Amino acid sequence: MATIEELTKISSQVRRDIVRMVTAAKSGHPGGSLGITDVMTALYFSEMNQAPETWTRSAKGQDAFILSAGHLAPVYYSVLARAGYFPVSELGSLRKFGSRLQGHPCVTDGLPGIFKPSGSLGQGLSVAAGIALGKKMDGDGNRVYCLCGDGESEEGQIWEAGMWAQHWQLDNLIAFTDWNGQQIDGPTKTITGIEDLSEKWSAFGWDVIVADGHDFQSILDAFKLAHNADGKPKMILFKTEMGHGVDFMAGTHEWHGKAPSAEQCTNAMTQLEETLGDF
Amino acid sequence: MKKYIDQGKVDTRSGFGEGLLLAGRRNSNVVAMTADLKGSLKMGAFAKEFPERFIQCGIAEANMVGAAAGLAITGKVPFIGSFAEFVTGRVYDQLRQEVAYGHTNVKIASSHAGITLGEDGATHQTMEDIALMRALPGMAVVVPCDYNQTKNATIAAAEYNGPVYLRFGRPSVPNFTGADEPFEIGKIYKLNEGKDVTIAACGHLVWEALAAAEMLEAEGISAEVLNVATIKPLDGETLMESVAKTGCIVVAEEHNMAGGLGEAVAGVLAANRPAPMVFVNGADRFGQSGTPAELMKAYGLDAAHLAEAAKKAIAKK
Repeated sequence: MATIEELTKISSQVRRDIVRMVTAAKSGHPGGSLGITDVMTALYFSEMNQAPETWTRSAKGQDAFILSAGHLAPVYYSVLARAGYFPVSELGSLRKFGSRLQGHPCVTDGLPGIFKPSGSLGQGLSVAAGIALGKKMDGDGNRVYCLCGDGESEEGQIWEAGMWAQHWQLDNLIAFTDWNGQQIDGPTKTITGIEDLSEKWSAFGWDVIVADGHDFQSILDAFKLAHNADGKPKMILFKTEMGHGVDFMAGTHEWHGKAPSAEQCTNAMTQLEETLGDF
Repeated sequence: MKKYIDQGKVDTRSGFGEGLLLAGRRNSNVVAMTADLKGSLKMGAFAKEFPERFIQCGIAEANMVGAAAGLAITGKVPFIGSFAEFVTGRVYDQLRQEVAYGHTNVKIASSHAGITLGEDGATHQTMEDIALMRALPGMAVVVPCDYNQTKNATIAAAEYNGPVYLRFGRPSVPNFTGADEPFEIGKIYKLNEGKDVTIAACGHLVWEALAAAEMLEAEGISAEVLNVATIKPLDGETLMESVAKTGCIVVAEEHNMAGGLGEAVAGVLAANRPAPMVFVNGADRFGQSGTPAELMKAYGLDAAHLAEAAKKAIAKK
């Protein structure tokens, strides 16, 4: 289990990876990935009982992670590679022909660490709930984690899954939302009535935890709170900033789905310390 | 011609219910899921014997598909049951992403397919489901012909490694195949040898095809009858062998012309052994309320229409 100092180092490298991957691909989604980097780093390097050596898609005897908001692929790939699921050198192949790192994650080429295709929004929470029920049926005490977006939560299926997971008392399901208040067309508040997410999830019978998605102590404490086996599924709302860590990308939806230029990438690299060696 | 005896009219969905129960006894990983249609899907016996493996999902089909994919990831063999329209068209993207592209071992139990759902009308009468499911890479599409075959196909689907679309219906139809005849996904069953025309059908139209062959026999025409119980993967070998002998073919289905069995057969024959074809199907239109028998006649799917179509095919040779 990594210390907060180590997590800080890893997340800096992951952010470098994200910007460099998307720049090399000349397309992709850097903003959301940068915003949820600290949470994903804490999840893979401290929280989850899942290791590359023993990983299988069935998740038997270990935790599972489901990415619901599939456009967060860059941070997912970087964290998996840095955790040892596949070679870091492969990160440069993102979105390229023949790559295992498809624009949105898939299981076709058997990239270790990936449980399901992600990309069509709103569907991952249902799959995570299904795995959580399977674990309950099998007496497997491990957990299932699921990352959703706040914009993604405008999809009705998210709330179908919300009802169903509560009905089946899936307290081994820990969902978390990248609550950055942004989506492609602008701030979520200006798009449709998704807020207040906290009240909505409480009304659906979930345990709701609100945490600072850029403070490792807050992140780790939130996950620990979510271990409570009280018969209720858990929703952690991580307050995050889209584009966090790169000044010209931070706090705006403008970088939801746009690649930086070579100059912009160079600028970003001056703001993010290289701690583990670039790919 | 070979005689087939109707052992008594019964709905194919009940064959699914029986097959599900038997599959559940054979494999403790089989789980049954439904979106508030346990009774309509005849899942009651399974739910009674295996309450811990019966998973009610409520009227939320999209979540049901995703949850089934999740359960399949953990090693379960989920059967998800609803009306054909609501377990295909309504959840096409979920099936595409989580089941087909996601390579999960989910079985889609699709009841009340086609116009013979009857009185409920066109909102519930899907005639497009085969097209949707055929278009998904890796999806097996199975349309058994009667109660016994639906039961045996359900057992086969549980044993098959990969997603299966299993289509059956609401009305009571003749039950004429063997009670314990093993079912093989991917095989065309030849029910009658003939030399003048091939009639290929799926679902309960296979019985109509047999009845049409009898009518034709009375007029001195010898019809070969193929039960195309699996539309994908299609048994092209049996199909081409038959057409090589008869020289023409009628393809019958309770489905839209677009993307159905007819086009699947046409694709194989056009590429390998072109032959005159006549298509019997619901054309390109929606259904309407009525009794199954009224609708079969109005949409031209009964034995009399099939016999006429056979003569047209022969005339095109």
